[in-house]
Amino acid sequence: MARFIIFRLLHTVLILFGVSIVVFGLIHLIPGNPLDILLPPEAPKEVVDRLKVEFGFDRPLYEQYLAWLWRVLSGNLGTSVFTGLGVTHELLNALGNTLVLALPAAVLGFTLGTVFGTVSAFNYGRWPDKFFSVLTILGLSMPHYWLAIVLVVVFAVIWNILPAAGMGSGGGWPTSWDDVRYLILPVITLSMIPMGVIGRMVRSTVLEILSHEFPTALRAKGLRGRRILFHVLKNAAPPALAVMGLQLGYLLGGSILVETVFNWPGSGQFMNLAIFRRDIPVLQGTVVVIASFFVFINLLVDVLQALIDPRMRR
Amino acid sequence: MVLRTACRAAAIVLLVGIAATLPAYGQTLRIAMTAADIPTTSGIPNNGGEGYRFLGFPAFDGLIDWDFTHPDKIADLTPGLATSWQIDEGDRTRWLFTLRKGVVFHDGTPMTADAIIWNLQRLFDEKSPQYDPPASAIVRSFVNVLDRFEKVDDETIAIYTKVPFSFFPYMVPTMLMVSPTQWEKVGRSWVAFAKEPAGTGPFRITKVVTGQFVEMSRNEAYWDKTRIPKLAKLVVIPMPEATTRLSALRAGQVDWIEVPPPDAIPSLKAAGFQISLWPYPHTWPYLFNVSDGSVFHDRRVRQAMNFAIDRDALVKFLNGTAKPAVGLYPPDNAYFGNPTLHYSYDPERAKALLKEAGYGPDHPVKAKIMISTSGSGQMLPLPMNEILQQQLQAVGFELDFDVVEWGTMLIAKRSAPEAPASHNDDALNNSLGFSDPSVMPRYFSKASFSPNGINWGHYHDDRVEELLTKAQETFDTTERDRLVAQAHAIVVDEAPWLFIVHDLNPRALSPHVKGFQPAQSWYQDFTQLTVE
Repeated sequence: MARFIIFRLLHTVLILFGVSIVVFGLIHLIPGNPLDILLPPEAPKEVVDRLKVEFGFDRPLYEQYLAWLWRVLSGNLGTSVFTGLGVTHELLNALGNTLVLALPAAVLGFTLGTVFGTVSAFNYGRWPDKFFSVLTILGLSMPHYWLAIVLVVVFAVIWNILPAAGMGSGGGWPTSWDDVRYLILPVITLSMIPMGVIGRMVRSTVLEILSHEFPTALRAKGLRGRRILFHVLKNAAPPALAVMGLQLGYLLGGSILVETVFNWPGSGQFMNLAIFRRDIPVLQGTVVVIASFFVFINLLVDVLQALIDPRMRR
Repeated sequence: MVLRTACRAAAIVLLVGIAATLPAYGQTLRIAMTAADIPTTSGIPNNGGEGYRFLGFPAFDGLIDWDFTHPDKIADLTPGLATSWQIDEGDRTRWLFTLRKGVVFHDGTPMTADAIIWNLQRLFDEKSPQYDPPASAIVRSFVNVLDRFEKVDDETIAIYTKVPFSFFPYMVPTMLMVSPTQWEKVGRSWVAFAKEPAGTGPFRITKVVTGQFVEMSRNEAYWDKTRIPKLAKLVVIPMPEATTRLSALRAGQVDWIEVPPPDAIPSLKAAGFQISLWPYPHTWPYLFNVSDGSVFHDRRVRQAMNFAIDRDALVKFLNGTAKPAVGLYPPDNAYFGNPTLHYSYDPERAKALLKEAGYGPDHPVKAKIMISTSGSGQMLPLPMNEILQQQLQAVGFELDFDVVEWGTMLIAKRSAPEAPASHNDDALNNSLGFSDPSVMPRYFSKASFSPNGINWGHYHDDRVEELLTKAQETFDTTERDRLVAQAHAIVVDEAPWLFIVHDLNPRALSPHVKGFQPAQSWYQDFTQLTVE
């Protein structure tokens, strides 16, 4: 097991290195650099050029990349061209805000998805199956920015019982009921896709396992409902876990669309802003950190799968 | 029992009554901006006009400020930290500013001549410890003629321009002043200063929450007693998405939004919201590439296009949030002058001009226009351009759009028309401001040819050149303005741009906001507002 983890960790380094080169290359394919966006349109070329030198954007690309890499290896993601603030600090801030949404959304989405999928599978072909299938397919196929706008219109504009946008007064983890109110609509919106994906996944996996002979054998041995459910779910868990890992990665990366509609200052908006401003240090830092989330969550999922299913350890 | 109920009722009525009679003095106004992030709070805001509107003039002053008290005309200058300014008659590159006495920064330290010099060094002296490159670049974008500066005595400072330049005072408000002591106190860092800034403005920045909002509080000690804010607090929130702003306003989360979606205006009005529409110095044009080889090299084609568009139809589409433009300046402006051509929707005249230029129904003018998907001051570029495309097709123009993202357009605008960044396009749909007469040489003189300046299309006319040069050397303001107006009249006739509309800067305000008197400016006064 330890060897497996070490091997995967080494893999991770290579993946992150590759990701950083791809991102660096991509951002330089878009015309312009942060200074063109930072300065007013009236800025004469001479002023832009002078600042370019000050920020080092006049140097060859490989030099810029190496300088960045060197800084990152020494634990510093650099500073934003726009705000002058440290990328690490700003990114942690944004990631923290996204986490406030992502965790409740993941818990809600995964729980509902698992319950809906299991109930569907155990009632295959009957009305609960049809009802929950409709729900999960809706969750999966409804554009979530659209749902977000509808929720805002209904709950904030028409009924005026929940806030339309923002994080409340302080930001960060909610400390009062008032802060929680800001969470409700974005969390519901964000939980829809994981709910749908997990729901469909669990349903098909459980159905597949129910078609095996062992549940019949268990029943013949005299086991009843809950015990059988436990065995079935244990067998259905690995694929569902893999999907949950990916979904959690997406949630942590922050949804640009949902964060835009709810004006939520999370990592999705942070990255979106960085793209439009060509804020290279911010973009590089964010992408590498989010990519490492994916890699680590997948690693975690693999370890969990191996723990649940001994066959995977071989 | 009855008595107790009555007592309770009386108490409630009394409480409600007290609450109702509390003076409006002491309220908070929450504004949703269109900016995607908080403009810098260290005195020289980024995010363009909106940055200066919300985090510039409310919290800081320049030596000269904008005057918001005459809503009927384009905002002009008013004394700020300097009580007066004048050109040195012996040396016409030397401007003298007499400083206001008794002004204190928000941190309680006095505003002195030394503090002003220190601020100018922040912006123009690379060797000073307080030199601030991003702030310097923003200021230098506008203040491009400043040469050097000196303290004359404790009440006077002198600023020298590179050449005699009569428009210089209009550039001065851009240089907002902050407290040197506060900068020292926070550890000599502009990033740290931005968290606890100190200027001299009517509002004081009291809380900066990154990515979320800035809170400003009333500065009781403001030097202009008529402009001590009636509000206790002003909160500005970045909210780039128009529908999000709209729902936040309708849900009562904010009291004021910048640029509501035009199609939401009728329903906002019906729900009792106030819609503010007021002219400000903004033009939404096509900047023609007039250099050799472009279809717009021929003046008749440019004029034809100006006669071929139905501006009123466009205004109607925008629910009245714009007004037709027939020049850089609107006709009621002192700088408009007396052009011979008055553009109106006249397809026949447009066709005649095209025929004269050698085009006809079988041989339409083919042009590629760079348009952006969004951007500061760009209004609703996609549908507006589609309407123009249809109108122009009827007359004999075949427009093809090169749709780019805002950043790409900014880069194109700084490149010569033949440079790769300009994509070989024949025109650029980029909105521009005209707060003061100094923009005329920036847009229409040879010295401003791209890539060095922002005369992207390389328009040039000797008469305009001569008038503008003369204007910038003329220190008598009446005479100077007459010269600028003459130059503008020629520009209108020569049509280096397709003049389309002036934006009316729509804002939606909750019915509780009282006392807003919009100025004809990119900036606004928030000191006279109350929230009921």
